Amino acid sequence: MSNHAPAPYPGTGTPEGKARREWPLWEVFIRGQHGMSHRHVGSLHAPDAELAMRNARDVYTRRHEGVSIWVVPSAQITASAPSEKGPMFDPADSKTYRHPTFFDIPDDVGAM
Amino acid sequence: MYAQMIKSEATQDDPEKLAAFQARIDRGEKIEPKDWMPEGYRKTLIRQIGQHAHSEIVGQLPEGNWVTRAPTLERKAILLAKVQDEAGHGLYLYCAAETLGVSRDEMTEMLLDGRMKYSSIFNYPTLTWADMGAVGWLVDGAAIMNQVPLQRTSYGPYARAMVRICKEESFHQRQGFDVMMKMCRGTDAQKRMAQDALNRFWFPSLMMFGPSDKDSKHSAQSMAWKIKMNTNDELRQKFVDQTVPQAEYLGLTVPDPDLRWNEETGHYDFTEPDWSEFMDVLQGNGPCNRDRLEARNKAWDDGAWVREGLMAHAEKRRAARVAAE
Ligand SMILES: [Fe+2]
Ligand SMILES: [Fe+2]
Repeated sequence: MSNHAPAPYPGTGTPEGKARREWPLWEVFIRGQHGMSHRHVGSLHAPDAELAMRNARDVYTRRHEGVSIWVVPSAQITASAPSEKGPMFDPADSKTYRHPTFFDIPDDVGAM
Repeated sequence: MYAQMIKSEATQDDPEKLAAFQARIDRGEKIEPKDWMPEGYRKTLIRQIGQHAHSEIVGQLPEGNWVTRAPTLERKAILLAKVQDEAGHGLYLYCAAETLGVSRDEMTEMLLDGRMKYSSIFNYPTLTWADMGAVGWLVDGAAIMNQVPLQRTSYGPYARAMVRICKEESFHQRQGFDVMMKMCRGTDAQKRMAQDALNRFWFPSLMMFGPSDKDSKHSAQSMAWKIKMNTNDELRQKFVDQTVPQAEYLGLTVPDPDLRWNEETGHYDFTEPDWSEFMDVLQGNGPCNRDRLEARNKAWDDGAWVREGLMAHAEKRRAARVAAE
């Protein structure tokens, strides 16, 4: 069963403690009553998707915070690297014409 | 305050990187899990958030003691919801600590074997129903004092956990005050119980903020990193100033003969708690330290078959699904 143990975290690993085999980590996304899209709210540990969903309800929606929940195994998420923030996002810097304020429309034209 | 006497870790990093990091914090930017951070910042935060999380979890025990003995079904449901919130607070905080590279089980293990601490306050017993009032009013009240400014802390996941927690805390304090009001408007015996609860919880609540740290190196470092927002004395004074009028409203007497309003400072003067008692409780010699750790160890051990069984079940189902594909 050890092949299902979650990936070890850097700087940890206590092979002979009482607490060894963790349930995998899941990321929780919730869409609120008036929310336009799901938002990340946190994470939790669960053995499978079904229990991750049940735990997410108990941990993150005790006060009607949501009408829809997504749970995703944390290991399945690919995130952009903070160190590449520059090359990743600077192509947008030179394209100010993508914003409506780039264009001066005379007041006489009316609302646009 | 649920994290007490957090020692900051020395940092040996490239001075240029350190300066850039400090500049980010000074600009009010949030530090996120994958960003570069000094080793000392990371380790200090693990200790602080971990201790905070453990306090939420262990803090369920003194209140759990009264769930089956609540005077009415409504009080029982309210107390149960409050205790359930505290479990949630522990979970939000463990998540935040995990983003720093420590595993959940490793933190649990460090709590269970005493390497990590939890707040001194939870080593005091809850002897009567009035203690449920005093705990909500005073203990959650003191926690709020500390947690509200921490919503602005520099570490993103910690700040976001604090925002969620603060939204839930005022229910905790109000339900406690509501219990106190009921007791104080009740029979003489009920009033005596309420007074007795205040007598026992007043000084331990003041201890929650930790001893004065205005000259502490550790505090100065933590404040520069914005993982500590106020000195312990500032928060304690704020708590006293807020709580004394509430006690007066209840018709209760704060058990401090030297407590008085100071016209000049605009604050209450009050007696410091007995810091030798505080140190003793931190060392493990409070009235309930042994009980609390035993209860946590027992819960962990007794739950082992559930954790393992659910994992085995999940693996079996996964294997069956793969075979069917
Ligand atoms: Fe809490
Ligand atoms: Fe609370």
